[in-house]
Amino acid sequence: MAAVDTIAAGEPGAAGTAHGRARPRSGRRDGFTPWRWLILILAGAYFLIPLYAALRFAGWGSFGSVIHQSGFAGSLGLSVRLAVITTVITLALMLPTAVYVHLRLPRLRRLLEGITILPIVIPPIVLIVGLLQVAPGFLKGTPYLLALEYVVLAMPFAYRSIDAGLRSFDLKTLVEASNSLGAGWASTLRRVVLPNLTTALLSATVLTVALVLGEYTMASLDLYQTFPVWIVVFDQTSGPISVAASLLALFVTWLVLLAITMLGGRQARRTGGGEVALFSVARRDTGRTS
Amino acid sequence: MTAAKKEGQLNVITLPANWANYGTIMKDFTAKYGIKINDANPDGTSQDEINAVNQLKGQSRAPDVLDIGNSFAVKADAQGILAPYRVASWSDIPASAKASDGTYYADYGGYVAIGYNSAKVTTPPTSFADLLKPAYKNEVAINGNPTQAGAAFAAVYAAALANGGSFSNIAPGVAYFKKLHQVGNFVPVTGSAATMESGQTPILIWWDYLLASEAGPGVPGLKIVIPSDGHYAAYYDQAISKTAPDPAAARLWEEYLYTTTGQNLWLEGKARPIELPTLLSSSTVNETAYKALPAAPSTTLTFPTQAQQAAAAVIVSAQWPGV
Amino acid sequence: MDELVSAGAPEFLADSGAPGGPGAAVATARGLRRMAGVVPFGVYMALGLGAPLVAVAIGAFQSPNGGFTLGNVRIATHGEYLHGFAQSIELSVVAAVVPGILGLLIAYSIWTAKRGSILRQVAITASGVFANFGGVPLAFLFIATLGSSGLATRWLTDLGFNPYQHGFSLYSLSGVVVVYMYFQIPLMVLVILPALEGLRPAWREAAANMGARTWQYWRHVGGPVLMPSFLGCVLLLFGSSLSAYATAQAMTSGTIALTPIQIGTFLNGNVVAGQQNVGKALGLGMVIIIAIAMGIYVVLQRRSARWLQ
Repeated sequence: MAAVDTIAAGEPGAAGTAHGRARPRSGRRDGFTPWRWLILILAGAYFLIPLYAALRFAGWGSFGSVIHQSGFAGSLGLSVRLAVITTVITLALMLPTAVYVHLRLPRLRRLLEGITILPIVIPPIVLIVGLLQVAPGFLKGTPYLLALEYVVLAMPFAYRSIDAGLRSFDLKTLVEASNSLGAGWASTLRRVVLPNLTTALLSATVLTVALVLGEYTMASLDLYQTFPVWIVVFDQTSGPISVAASLLALFVTWLVLLAITMLGGRQARRTGGGEVALFSVARRDTGRTS
Repeated sequence: MTAAKKEGQLNVITLPANWANYGTIMKDFTAKYGIKINDANPDGTSQDEINAVNQLKGQSRAPDVLDIGNSFAVKADAQGILAPYRVASWSDIPASAKASDGTYYADYGGYVAIGYNSAKVTTPPTSFADLLKPAYKNEVAINGNPTQAGAAFAAVYAAALANGGSFSNIAPGVAYFKKLHQVGNFVPVTGSAATMESGQTPILIWWDYLLASEAGPGVPGLKIVIPSDGHYAAYYDQAISKTAPDPAAARLWEEYLYTTTGQNLWLEGKARPIELPTLLSSSTVNETAYKALPAAPSTTLTFPTQAQQAAAAVIVSAQWPGV
Repeated sequence: MDELVSAGAPEFLADSGAPGGPGAAVATARGLRRMAGVVPFGVYMALGLGAPLVAVAIGAFQSPNGGFTLGNVRIATHGEYLHGFAQSIELSVVAAVVPGILGLLIAYSIWTAKRGSILRQVAITASGVFANFGGVPLAFLFIATLGSSGLATRWLTDLGFNPYQHGFSLYSLSGVVVVYMYFQIPLMVLVILPALEGLRPAWREAAANMGARTWQYWRHVGGPVLMPSFLGCVLLLFGSSLSAYATAQAMTSGTIALTPIQIGTFLNGNVVAGQQNVGKALGLGMVIIIAIAMGIYVVLQRRSARWLQ
């Protein structure tokens, strides 16, 4: 990986190259770099300028008043609890299913793709109206009904991430090899499949948590005050405070996600799947871990 | 009252704190009777209220009382989900503003008004016709989508009245907004306190009491004027749910709202309580609050009938996209 | 990279079809047992997704007093509602393909950065946050930036180019696309990143050593590997854009006919009362649209596989 990074990043003679044959014939040493920075700068501008405009309007003082409003901690706590439950259930449900389908039922993959696209296309308002019609009473009395339905909402993204991850390496051969070497299924899953899916799983987790922390329609119609619902309450109070509240929501969600990815990075290091951050490639691949 | 206190709680729905002074009203009620109020979905709509009653039936967090748009009250009554109740001051509510069997009764209302930030808008507009002038380019907005939001729908109705329409003919109102959009004065976003403050929509057509209570605090130069060419008023209705988990508390709440205190609190929220004529004649009205209201164009109130509103809704749904 | 046909692989990996003959009964039993692995998923989806959908589908054909009627469907497929479907589809295609390509470029830029750098962590987490940002706050952000008196508009005017005098309006379909990109691009970045992992650096190396230019690498190696995932992600973006409701509503207040807003009018409004079942019929329409989109996606997958071979 380091060798190609050298080529792609245009840094001739960068450290870490184990062998010296990384010299392309054409002058692609500067190939992608200037483009890369241009793209990133334009993207940064597109995403950051609107935030800046909103910040100018809200003013720094508003943030203080937002945190001190009643209900901030309570609604945030509820949303975080829902996020944890949703993520656990989603991963526990989608990972085995995706692996299983890839291994044993490849013909079902089309059908699975079709099913997983549905929750995105159905407007949440339609789903919650239908759900409240069919849900049993004891579930309707707790906010955890929301968590259960959020699993359905998160499922497309989780499946898409895990599926892309599964396509990125040769699952069948690896599993075959592992089994013929005598490893049982649990071992194979833990030591062969999972380390190759770190990015995919992290991606899926990030998407699920962000979804729960940002979902408004269903929670408000189910009459529970999750964090996004609480924010809208202050939409009425004053302009700067409501804008400050949304910016704060963005920031808080981002911190939560950063914490998750840092944890994930450390985990990957411990299981030896690769170096610091999120893009660990299985050792089997290139024989190098830089 | 003892039964209500025993129930200990009241579930209300879609009552934002600064909508017609509900924040103070709820606080005062709890202080007086010690009953906790659970306010769910403050940003919700009348349809949400009906959905909640139906879907949460039997749950302890189902709504007890509703503050709901008139056409929805009629619909809810047809569905049989309202419980009849006559408050002590029942006779003070005009006959046209309540259901004869006591299932719903008007509470407060206001006029469609033009609110503008006098710091940014140098020539004060006084009518719908005024708003078409080029001085107001990219400045005028309404509070939402008239096929969904009651306040926006009322704005279109008022515009219709100003342009040769009537309660049974709302099409001129839609045509007016189309023209407003074409000359470049109309900003199609959902106007609110925030958009007024930030200068994105210095002119907002909304209920007069909401302009005062929600936009007022943040826009120091706010002026409210009822358009001279189109007067449209509407009242919301109170109702008790038949399957209310706290029926006694619900009845106590209604009684409270229709006492002089309750009605005056609404008046302080710049809304016109339904028993205002009685308050005036018996001199129990809060004079300062009353004087703070924009001058009412006439003392008689006329409203479109159910059938007229339903027909108008159909026309707006069909014609609004493309404005 | 697609499913390997395992000829002669050990039995537990074989996907033996349904052979006839004496082994048939055993094979069917084995087939059923194999299905066991997806049962939890199937049950969960049936309850959490299927049941509400069925409730909505039934509602689409019900009249207000409970009898069967085609009236809702008739309303939903004519006039403004048909126009709404057409515009929603048009909007969603643009708001899927453009962010799809841009998202891929951005994802690639991130992925080729130094491993473990802050850039990647920030980019991934920021994408997660932005992918779920929308509604009134997002509309406010963009009105404050690109509205007629917005920050960026003023900057551009100072530079001599006022977009509003050249036909641009934030409140038109193209303006809505610009705003949608704020959550569509991050969504694309997040779902395509795992697929980029599938591009073995060794291949790039090998191609370079054989003298291939960049575009040749993409045409013969990178493209075919990424294409299935890319198409799948674009499909995801299409669905996401099709159902986006709060953002479009806040920005246009219904002045552009779009299906989710029209559904909101019936299911969640303060004006039109008693016509919820038309809203459900519109919802059913959206499900049908996505089913058709899925069909197109399948055809595209097969074609592209052949074309890129």
